[in-house]
Amino acid sequence: MKDQITWKVGGQQGEGIESTGEVFSTTLNRMGYYLYSYRHFSSRIKGGHTNNNIRISTREVRAVADNTNILVAFDQQTIDVNAHELVTGGVIIADEKFSPTVDDALDVELIVIPFTETAKEIGSQLMKNMVAIGASAKLMDINLEHFYEMVHTLFARKGEDIVESNRKALNAGYDLMAEKVGHLNLDDFKLNAPDDKEKLFLIGNDAISFGAINAGVRFMAAYPITPASEIMEYMIKHLPRFGGTVIQTEDEISAVMMAIGSNYAGGRSFTSSAGPGLSLMMESIGLSGMTETPLVVVDTMRGGPSTGLPTKQEQSDIMQMVYGTHGDIPKIVLAPSDVEDAFYTTIEAFNLAEIYQLPVILLSDLQMSLGKQTSDPFDQSKVEINRGKTVFTDMEAHETDYFHRYEDTEDGVSRRPIPGLKNGIHHVTGVEHNPDGTPNEGAENRKTQMDKRMRKLSNQLMKEPFKVHGDEESDVLMLSILSVNGVVDEAVSRLDEKVTVIHLKQIYPMPIEKLRPYLDGAKKIIVIEHNYNGQLTSILKMNYAGHERIASILKYDGTPFKPNEVVAEIKGIIN
Amino acid sequence: MATFKDFRNHIKPNWCPGCGDFSIQAAIQKACAANGLEPEELALVTGIGCSGRLSGYIKSYGFHSTHGRSLPVAQGIKMANQELTVIASGGDGDGFAIGMGHTIHALKRNIDITYIVMDNQIYGLTKGQTSPTSDAGFVTKTTPDGAKENPIAPLKAAMASGATFIAQSLSSDIKGLTAIIQEALNHKGFSFVNVFSPCVTYNKINTYDWYKENIVDIADLEDYDNADRAIVSKYLEEHNGMLKGIVYQDKEAKSYAEHIESYNDTNNVHETPEVSENDFKELMASFK
Ligand SMILES: Cc1ncc(C[n+]2csc(CCOP(=O)(O)OP(=O)(O)O)c2C)c(N)n1
Ligand code: SF4
Ligand SMILES: [Mg+2]
Repeated sequence: MKDQITWKVGGQQGEGIESTGEVFSTTLNRMGYYLYSYRHFSSRIKGGHTNNNIRISTREVRAVADNTNILVAFDQQTIDVNAHELVTGGVIIADEKFSPTVDDALDVELIVIPFTETAKEIGSQLMKNMVAIGASAKLMDINLEHFYEMVHTLFARKGEDIVESNRKALNAGYDLMAEKVGHLNLDDFKLNAPDDKEKLFLIGNDAISFGAINAGVRFMAAYPITPASEIMEYMIKHLPRFGGTVIQTEDEISAVMMAIGSNYAGGRSFTSSAGPGLSLMMESIGLSGMTETPLVVVDTMRGGPSTGLPTKQEQSDIMQMVYGTHGDIPKIVLAPSDVEDAFYTTIEAFNLAEIYQLPVILLSDLQMSLGKQTSDPFDQSKVEINRGKTVFTDMEAHETDYFHRYEDTEDGVSRRPIPGLKNGIHHVTGVEHNPDGTPNEGAENRKTQMDKRMRKLSNQLMKEPFKVHGDEESDVLMLSILSVNGVVDEAVSRLDEKVTVIHLKQIYPMPIEKLRPYLDGAKKIIVIEHNYNGQLTSILKMNYAGHERIASILKYDGTPFKPNEVVAEIKGIIN
Repeated sequence: MATFKDFRNHIKPNWCPGCGDFSIQAAIQKACAANGLEPEELALVTGIGCSGRLSGYIKSYGFHSTHGRSLPVAQGIKMANQELTVIASGGDGDGFAIGMGHTIHALKRNIDITYIVMDNQIYGLTKGQTSPTSDAGFVTKTTPDGAKENPIAPLKAAMASGATFIAQSLSSDIKGLTAIIQEALNHKGFSFVNVFSPCVTYNKINTYDWYKENIVDIADLEDYDNADRAIVSKYLEEHNGMLKGIVYQDKEAKSYAEHIESYNDTNNVHETPEVSENDFKELMASFK
């Protein structure tokens, strides 16, 4: 019996590989297992190899597995590309249709089952995925009842006939497999019973979207791009129930400017995109900073530069997100530590943007945004909305004809009446301005206003700017963000050496005073990130002097780190 | 009730004496007062240019944004709060060069705001370069041998983009322009008003007199019908876009918000937006 199994399904894009993985993993999550999935796909709709890698465990998992136990193949390419990842004695379940073969040198078991043929006999070759799932269920000794439920949820509205044929397909796969497994030690493929905790199974983009709705977003503007589109799609689906709506704009400049307009008017709005879109938004982000208009932009990082690796993992927008705008503006850059945290950090992003009246970039990366995984349920009682110094009711009369919207204050933040209010009239401009918002390019005023804006960053911003994992005291400090956090945790748990792991959540401004005790105490500081230049490393070095103790682990081939890779890299640095 | 004087503030415009933009400012102030608006009910969004300074010269909630981007900001404001009257404004470079994508899409989207272009057929603020509406052959700093490109025809482009309200006038005709802006503000949907606003400093060709000689009032065209697309297109072609008046209006078209049944059509601004316990549970259940 096992505590962990990795199941992978592969084939041509557009062949239903996605839905096969979806049915299989959702069912296992409902059974109570912890899951972490990783999709390999490319930016075309039909054709091209795609696979869905699902790690199933009786304990929490937040990283891609080192290897695979079961590979379900709908074409030969799936075997050619993935078989080497199988553990010794691992099983390939392949469709008879393409006369599968496997490299003799590999110590793996090839079981051939007529997925397509059987599905056709039952009614439609579309059901070949159910045959494959039935076969997998037999191998893993999972009661088919669990899958029947799923079939019912999926197909009930299409009629009882469809439900029935899908059940037949599951049964057929199960029975065909039963004839082939006699010689295998089935204990190697059977999972121990799961715990009975309540679990969610979702992608990071869903957590961000649900967070945005809870933060009060009722209007969103966005332009489609991988891997951010699911956010606007979620909002399009669910905002109507709250009286809200989404506009698909003509480009990302329009999207971010609509969000700025809406926030200026007192709504809570945002946009989401990836590197190419963020590049287009830079001037507007500067406008938000200069006019002190709250703004939240989600950047789901993917492989750059230019169109780069649009469907692959990378964290290479960090520098641009921190320093990208012309001129000096106060800006906050956040990185949720995992999918569950993405929900709460999204809400915090909206609060920070409004409390400090500045742009907040909420980072994600492709693996966090699209990798479906298990999370604890979200707690509504922890949802807190803070609208800062935004004013929603008519103001008292004052002597000047314009309200002093940009009055200099101790914390750099001034009252912000929304349009429509009596006695709140003021001007807003990207030109340097007076306290009432009218243009003023004078030297003294410039200094006062610039100091006021930048002062906001010296406030305590995030409540918890980083999380500490691993050993509280150690000689080695690891620093990571986003989806890499989970891999580092797992890698460190396998090491004999004591290692402290910091999941940095507030990337900018870097909470250096709070980090200092950890940094000062470490003989080696290792920053691990998905980009060529070591962007997070550079920002750390700009803030912290101990450069000779800082090393980087970098990966920029488009694939997520695996725990064993990280173990080897850390060992290489500390030994 | 507010008068046009209530739409004045303490700022003295830095436009050149004689600039056409002064009269557009006055016409907007008059139209707002005549329509019974209070200054705080108006949000005026501008781009960058001499024209863009307008948001600072009219007493209302003013938002001077970036070059070419007044329309997205204005649409965002309206989507947040349908109770506000929203005007976007800017120059010909702002709206037909750097912001042309937004202009076309705002026309087709039909959100209930008004867009007033202050068209001087030149870049004023950057000191006299060619603009998308500069006539072919027009000599400027950046076209010393005369403009080699054809000018954009804003009204025809608007017709082709699904506009529901298109008007054009001269800044010198304050009365006529005020009436047009009043109608534009009343229109349910996106109203586009192109105003020829002479730049007395950098455009010595398209002067006040030149516009008066070259523009044709649709009131003087016997069979003109501004609800008839074929007639509108015919006359736009015949007079090379130089028509004056409410050139086209579709009074039946639904505005963007009217298309969305569930959309809260008054106000999306809530001080404490809430998600009910039930909605929270239901949405969370979809993650299982
Ligand atoms: C992104 C960007 N590019 C260029 C400029 C410089 N710029 C400011 S106004 C302007 C053109 C002004 O012409 P127009 O929009 O016709 O307005 P006018 O001054 O004639 O009223 C330009 C090119 C800018 N502010 N921003
Ligand atoms: S430069 Fe031309 S457009 Fe600008 S203020 Fe002077 S006259 Fe008006
Ligand atoms: Mg101009």
